[in-house]
Amino acid sequence: MNIKTRTVNDVIILDVSGKITLGEGTQALRGEIRKLLDEGQKKLLLNMGEVSYVDSSGIGELVSAFTTTSNKGGSLKLLNLTKKLQELLSITKLLTVFDVHEDETKALASF
Amino acid sequence: MGISSNNIEVSLGSSFEYLDLLQSLTDSITSMMGFDTDTAYWIGMSVRESVINAMSHGNKLDISKKVDIRYEVSESQLAIQVDDQGNGFDPQSIADPLDPQNLLKPSGRGIFYMRSFMDEVLMCKRPEGGMQLRMMKRLAQK
Repeated sequence: MNIKTRTVNDVIILDVSGKITLGEGTQALRGEIRKLLDEGQKKLLLNMGEVSYVDSSGIGELVSAFTTTSNKGGSLKLLNLTKKLQELLSITKLLTVFDVHEDETKALASF
Repeated sequence: MGISSNNIEVSLGSSFEYLDLLQSLTDSITSMMGFDTDTAYWIGMSVRESVINAMSHGNKLDISKKVDIRYEVSESQLAIQVDDQGNGFDPQSIADPLDPQNLLKPSGRGIFYMRSFMDEVLMCKRPEGGMQLRMMKRLAQK
């Protein structure tokens, strides 16, 4: 998995690509989120458009990222879900938890 | 790995480094059987989730303990059996990930996904010890 970050206004966009699966993928995501929160960032947008595979551990890591960010007074939102990821979140009722966007400009405006 | 009639059997030590190898095997079998791309994807994920559970929760990642995977291929369906050498558990004790109090838990969705994507999922303790999970997916009628 690869994560590239960019900043638009005060929102950090994480362009995530590759697999978010048990082990390396979930650890990399966790590490990046913690680093940004430790730096005091509060508005995180995960761009998932180039994510090729997510397993249940990856879904769990997204949930952890969401709760960790919320507990620190921040906000984590999702952008460009793939069809498969949308289904994994939908059947576990997590689409009711996450704020999900398909358009980056609208996503940025929602913070 | 052994092939007898239409069964394909693999025995793996409990290490996640084998997961990609197993994924390739599952993808090859589902492709050979003619499953559509989406269904093959979900079967692959279900096998992956079941083997992760067997290695971690069952065998506690003890590399010397095996996870045995058997693919039973027929014209109408694919059945997959996953056996571990752990202590086993009561399938009734599995928490519902859709329960509001479990919704934000970081784990506990693997078996739910298997049940969602496969036509049948059965779990039982093996008399000789360990847990056995069997799941099945029917081929769509052409």
